[in-house]
Amino acid sequence: MVAPQKEVKQLDRVVIRFAGDSGDGMQLTGDRFTQETAAFGNDLVTLPNFPAEIRAPQGTLPGVSSFQVHFADHDILTAGDAPDVLVAMNPAALRANLGDLHKGATIIVDTHDFTARNLTKAGYEQNPLDGNDLADYAVHTVDLTGMTVAAVKEFGLSRKDAARAKNMFALGLLSWMYGRPTDPTTTFLAKRFAKVPDIRDANVAAFKAGWNFGETTEAFAIQYEIKPATLPPGTYRNITGNLALAYGLVAGGVQSGLPVFLGTYPITPASDILHELSKHKSFGVTTFQAEDEIAGVGAAIGASYAGHLGVTSTSGPGVALKSEAIGLAVMTELPLVVVDVQRGGPSTGLPTKTEQADLLQAMYGRNGEAPVPIVAPQSPGDCFAAAVEATRIAVTYRTPVLLLSDGYLANGSEPWRVPAIDELPVIDPAFATEKNHGEGDEAEFWPYLRDEQTLARPWAIPGTPGLEHRIGGLEKGDGHGNISYDPGNHDFMVRTRQAKVDRIADSIPLVEVDDPSGEAKVLVLGWGSTYGPIGAGVRRVRKAGYHVAQAHLRHLNPFPSNLGEVLKRYDKVLVPEMNLGQLSLLLRAKYLVDAVGYNHVRGLPLKATELAHAIGELVGQAEGTEIDLGVWGEPSQKEHI
Amino acid sequence: MTTDLGLPGLRSGTELVPAADQPQTGKDFTSDQEVRWCPGCGDYAVLKAVQSFLPDLGLRRENIVFVSGIGCSSRFPYYLDTYGMHSIHGRAPSIATGIATAREDLSVWVVTGDGDALSIGGNHLIHALRRNVNMTILLFNNRIYGLTKGQYSPTSETGKVTKSTPMGSLDHPFNPVSLALGAEASFVARTIDSDRKHLTSVLAAAAAHRGTSLVEIYQNCPIFNDGAFDAIKSPDTRADAIIPLVHGQPITFGVDGSKALVRDAASGGVTVVATADVDAADILVHDAHNPDPTMAFAISRLTDAGYLNTSPIGIFRQVERPTYDDQARQQVATAMGSTTSAIGAGDDATADRAARLAALIGGGDTWTII
Repeated sequence: MVAPQKEVKQLDRVVIRFAGDSGDGMQLTGDRFTQETAAFGNDLVTLPNFPAEIRAPQGTLPGVSSFQVHFADHDILTAGDAPDVLVAMNPAALRANLGDLHKGATIIVDTHDFTARNLTKAGYEQNPLDGNDLADYAVHTVDLTGMTVAAVKEFGLSRKDAARAKNMFALGLLSWMYGRPTDPTTTFLAKRFAKVPDIRDANVAAFKAGWNFGETTEAFAIQYEIKPATLPPGTYRNITGNLALAYGLVAGGVQSGLPVFLGTYPITPASDILHELSKHKSFGVTTFQAEDEIAGVGAAIGASYAGHLGVTSTSGPGVALKSEAIGLAVMTELPLVVVDVQRGGPSTGLPTKTEQADLLQAMYGRNGEAPVPIVAPQSPGDCFAAAVEATRIAVTYRTPVLLLSDGYLANGSEPWRVPAIDELPVIDPAFATEKNHGEGDEAEFWPYLRDEQTLARPWAIPGTPGLEHRIGGLEKGDGHGNISYDPGNHDFMVRTRQAKVDRIADSIPLVEVDDPSGEAKVLVLGWGSTYGPIGAGVRRVRKAGYHVAQAHLRHLNPFPSNLGEVLKRYDKVLVPEMNLGQLSLLLRAKYLVDAVGYNHVRGLPLKATELAHAIGELVGQAEGTEIDLGVWGEPSQKEHI
Repeated sequence: MTTDLGLPGLRSGTELVPAADQPQTGKDFTSDQEVRWCPGCGDYAVLKAVQSFLPDLGLRRENIVFVSGIGCSSRFPYYLDTYGMHSIHGRAPSIATGIATAREDLSVWVVTGDGDALSIGGNHLIHALRRNVNMTILLFNNRIYGLTKGQYSPTSETGKVTKSTPMGSLDHPFNPVSLALGAEASFVARTIDSDRKHLTSVLAAAAAHRGTSLVEIYQNCPIFNDGAFDAIKSPDTRADAIIPLVHGQPITFGVDGSKALVRDAASGGVTVVATADVDAADILVHDAHNPDPTMAFAISRLTDAGYLNTSPIGIFRQVERPTYDDQARQQVATAMGSTTSAIGAGDDATADRAARLAALIGGGDTWTII
């Protein structure tokens, strides 16, 4: 058969969402499409979204798992507000995701699973494919499962195993539609299923059949082309936040010359950091899966005392359990990196969904005055640099540091420019080796004599002769470090520990404001993973012709030293967060600024379009004009770029 | 799936710790801090015994670390001129696990009490014991909460009237030795604060053992639980109260060895009989090295749960089992292979690390934009 000549249409960006049952392999499908897209050279951002249950009841709404990928020929900041294409493997996947689509979006459904039973499970009284319910969308009904089973017939698999390759058929079809390279996926499948040739061959066959179906069927008349993006020069790879964070910790060990010791307990969505670090023992990394969260941080503190880089990784509930131990690290002034991959709370909350509601826990969640520096990455790739920075602060200032990632950063991915090693900071542990107080026979080691510049105390590790000393959770006497109940000493030590953390501001960059016109009256200030949506929202407002400034905080404690001055420059400050206003509260308290919150806690990233409206409203108030964002206020504007 | 871990050769507990190059005395291990326990506290005796025992270990002082939790006994590290950390309630075993796993060249000790180890820190204790991390845990058992001023503890006898239990405590007590044996501890012993000689001999065996050594020390609290161990301390009663455990010796006690332990076929445990009533060959011979902990557990059950009138004293169990920390370090060493520069200073090491880090982060599917 001769393939019909298909029209090729140019697009500058597309948002695709793969959705199906938890067992349908949607995460793998999305991940493969992402790798193909990365290899092709588009900029991209992904948003995996899956239930906490490993296998929720099949065919039900709670069991729906999805993976969204936004890719473009220019640099993009979010996974996209609304999919342009939805691949729905069953009725539940259609029903759960339909509301997120904009009118005119393309829907590809696997008709095979639209049985009476599955329709009922999804809550449909009648088949939505039959009526006019989907009239606003371009719907392609394809028997993906049936064609997959036919395509892999020769491998003699059971029907169940054969049907399981349907995700690869869908991937093949979408790969054709968007002109993705196929080699990465065939290579991947060959490796992944090397030990089960039947399954390997069936998956490859299904993938190719999907591609060929797209090329030959008249049902799909158009192939789309999205040219590679022009990103800054460098070597790129696609990377998730958890992987980048784990690499950053390895790099922190290398750059400080310290063996990394991770003491941790498995918890969603942080466990992948443990999994990854456990592979890197060749860098001297030790991973200890403890009996609980407290033992994890306890062992990390012990390892730090012994001269390793102690790290513990967890999510919000784990931070709560570790609080007392983090206080011990504050008191003993030992380096410790505490990774909190935030998830929806309170309590068990939404384990697989994202949120930024641990900021105040990180800031204040300990007894007593227990200041802890806080560092937050702003994108998946940025988790690498943020982990290195957390290590630098922990080691240099002898302090626990909270590294606040979140579920969106952890599982989301983007192209990441791989840094050269000489771009990374060199971190000097500067172990104490000499007595530091008194002369001659009277010379002693005082564990709480401080460096004048950083206020850091000396780190003398066991095995160092002459520097034997005891530390602990009881208040220390200034300098000598012995137990002290003296009122004046306690007041002094509390203030000194705070001053030490405040001093870190001397070593961090000033906050940079992006205000291209210099005429903005409104500043949008964020932290953490809202960087993408805020940036995209700001772009929309600017494209609509208005002025707005943007700044983003990497350091939440201490704040950059120019932050107060920056806030005062603007008439209005908008603070978007995935919480009920935690950064706003800190800014209001410290700078007496009338920060306006934009807050959602839906377990999902903020939406750029909605943010654009919130920004626009504030710009309107500041400028005293009516704001009309036009097409830039609509979720999809692909026809307009 | 399991993997053959390739067990490291079994070594003594202090084999990798550098030896002192000069003879030491107890004074070398005494810090300049004033000891602040109550007059008559059993902790003084243990401190003195440890200070005079440590020189016998012959280890470099800077390679010894004492870690404690919270409680009266947990002040211990402040009084020893070694490295030390007075940590938080119940967590000393986890902190010591980090220290012992990070460094093979340290002799790691945990000082804890019945509340610290068995109540708030019970989880860490059992997991340290099952992992068999190379450390020695001194569990000071005074069967009461001292630092919080006199509430019952997890080893207090049921019905104990304390500040928090005016009508008597309801909790059934833990037997720390039974608990440790249940967690498959590789070294479990019990000794008495006032018996310096026995205490020292147990400490020596515990330190020499590679793995987690649990030493329960009966310790008198003169303020809140005075006399809890009088039966085993009083010259009038101790012969009948103490069941001495010596590896390879028949277990007899009482005045002139009038009582003996024999196996009880009916219960599968052990029972106390009059020595005169049984054949000498039937008397149980203590075997601390038996890989099966059943008999050690049976003996541990002879400890009174109520007021202590009878208690086996000595080393219940001492078996060889690979340690967590040795194996963790071996996995790292295996992964490092010929790469000796995973850690450490020097230009070559730094350059090698940088090259390997570059290969790691630049691995996977990459593309280049010029």
